[in-house]
This record gives sequence, structure tokens and C-alpha cells, in this order.
Amino acid sequence: MQSTDEDLVRRIAAGDRLAMQVLFTRHHVRVYRFVLRLTRNATVAEDVISDVFLDVWRQAGKFEGRSAVSTWLLSIARFKALSALRRRPHAELDDEMAETIEDPADDPEVDLQKKDKGSVLRECLSRLSAEHREIVDLVYYHEKSVEEVAQIVGIPEATVKTRMFYARKKLGELLKAAGVERGWP
Amino acid sequence: MTTTQTPERQEIEELLPWHAAGTLSRREAARVEDALASDPELARRYELVREELAETTHLNETLGAPSVRAMNRLMAAIDAEPARAPASAVSLSDRLAQFIASFSPRTLAWTGVAAALVIAVQAGLLAGIGLTERPGTFQTASGPAAEATGGTYAMVRFKPQATAAEIGRFLADNKLSLAGGPLAGGLFRIRLADSALSKDVLTQTLKRLQDDRVVDLIAAAQ
Repeated sequence: MQSTDEDLVRRIAAGDRLAMQVLFTRHHVRVYRFVLRLTRNATVAEDVISDVFLDVWRQAGKFEGRSAVSTWLLSIARFKALSALRRRPHAELDDEMAETIEDPADDPEVDLQKKDKGSVLRECLSRLSAEHREIVDLVYYHEKSVEEVAQIVGIPEATVKTRMFYARKKLGELLKAAGVERGWP
Repeated sequence: MTTTQTPERQEIEELLPWHAAGTLSRREAARVEDALASDPELARRYELVREELAETTHLNETLGAPSVRAMNRLMAAIDAEPARAPASAVSLSDRLAQFIASFSPRTLAWTGVAAALVIAVQAGLLAGIGLTERPGTFQTASGPAAEATGGTYAMVRFKPQATAAEIGRFLADNKLSLAGGPLAGGLFRIRLADSALSKDVLTQTLKRLQDDRVVDLIAAAQ
């Protein structure tokens, strides 16, 4: 039977390196993607996830199980990603992100892709502010509940709902500007 | 859109992303389902939410994965951390509880028989030592035994019905520490004292400990 995340954290607290590797293997890709969307730099994102799991190694004994382990990981990841952003100039990060994220404008078949609603939607998702990108990713991709998002981002649950609503509204405006009329907002 | 936007409808609309992701409580999900069934405009907007969810997932999945460098960096950092003492992370009673829980009652019964044999042999050896030992030549803390072991030890087997809490209490009350085990036969090696005890004190100590209700068998050990 597969160990639960909580079992692994208990074993990590006792110094079990194998448990650490299992937990890392299980979660590192999603945590990396969350951090990459925030930092827009693959090298920084890799460094951040190493630091996140090192924190888990150090703090496992203090994990009380009040939230899911994945929520705990994303909380640590968010804090470390924002710290990394403060240490590095935004321009540098944005330049490097261009090499990381698919950009339709660089594609020779850009006109054809522009006709693909999904492609335009993804492009507009990438253009959202960091605050809006973060909440959209947490809800849609990381499948976090209102309560969990509130824990990760450190805002009240009511703010989580309104922030998501305005992120979607902004997305609709970006789509409209890109020629995709959805009838909302 | 001309749809009336009541506070309740606004509240439902704000929940649509979580409904699409399947992260609402059962009660909230039922509430949203009811609203979707009776409000075509809300249902249309829900389809937009589902599109967003699909494309957000697509976008994230195209981000790739970190290189092996991340794992290597992590493990190097862990190697550089101060070493942990596993025994301190897991209490003695936890270790005992885990061990005892790993056996069935029948296994415990058989290990009891095996332990009795082992301890009988040990008791025989002790008796042999006692018979050949000259009167008045007890080992002291500075004697060879103390140098070899760094204290006085005993082998103990606990009764199968003893709980981890009772065993923990037994160890704490008698200021004993677990030095090894579980060994073959369900035996644990425990430290009785930091120094070598005299024969009389050792005999009295073992007798007192043997009388404890959690102890099945106990004998001095090298």
C-alpha cells in the first residue's frame, strides 16, 4: 500500500532520507510549476523547490497535519518564490521567462494559432498579473479549495473568492482585446 | 448581460471555478448544481469556467519538469545538515509499541518460549560465574566489566499483554534506558546503571524489576 503524505512526513521527521525522496518525487513537479509561474525563471524555480523540500526536512517534526501536505508545500513554495523575486530584478526574470514559456508571438504560424481559441486563452492566462495567475493556478491546476487557497496565500476566504472572480474578469477583458468575445464580462 | 445579479447569484457565480475543479463541499456543490439547472445564463458562464480550467491545466502541463539538479541540490543540502539521532525522534515507548504491534499473539507466545530458553542459558552462565567467583571480589565501577560495557545491562522480555504505555512507565520509573533490541526472542537490552553494579545490588535490582507486572523475564547481561 502506498504511504500517505502524512506518513512520509512523520518518517522524514525521524530522519528517513528515503521518505524524503519519495515525497519529493511525488510533489516536485507541481511545486516547480507553481514556482515557475511566479518567478518566471527555470533556474530560480529549481533552486526554490530544493529550498522548499529542505525546509520540509528541517520542519517535518513541526507539521501538525492541520492542512494537506501539498497545501503546506505550496505555502512554503510561495513564500520562498516571493523572497527570490525580491532578490532578483524583475527585468532579468522576465527575460529568462521568455525562454521558458511558450510564446505564440514567436511562432511562425502565429496567425493560424491566433484562430485557436484555446491558444489565445493560454496566452491571456500568461498575461495576467502575478496575483491573478497565482490564484487561477491554485484553483484550476492545483485543485485547492477556497480554504486551502486562503491558507497558502494568507488572505481571508472571502477575498479568495473575489480575487478569483476579478482574475477571471480580467482574463475576459484580455480575451476581448485579443478578439475573442465570450459574452462575459 | 441583462441577467439579474442578486447577492445570492453573485455568490454562486463566485463558486463556479471551485465547482468545476470539484473542490466544493457536497452541500455547496448541490447548491451550485441547483442554480445551474434553473439559470441558463449561469450554465453558459459555467462552460466558460470549464474552458479556463482546461486551458490552465494545458498551460501548466507544458511547463515541463525540473532537472535532476534540483534533487541533487536538495540531497547535498540534507547531507550537509547536522546528523539526526533517530532514537530521539521516536520515543522508546513508540519503538516498543511498533515492535510489539508487529507480532501476532501466537508469535509472541513462541517468542516467549524462545526467550525463556535464552534467559535460562544466561542464568546458567551467571550461576557458573557466581560459583567460580571468589568471595569479596566484586567488580567495581573501575573494574574490567565497567570498562568493557560502560555500565550494567540486562536482557528483558516484556509480557505480551503489557502495553507500550506501561512499558514506557516501567522504564521511566526505574530510570532505565533501552540500549538495544528488539533481539531474537523478543528480548531488549536495557541499561540498568551507568556504572558496574555490585553483585548484591545487581541481584536486588533484578529481583525488584522481575516483580514488575510488565516483566516476563529479566537477567543480567554482559
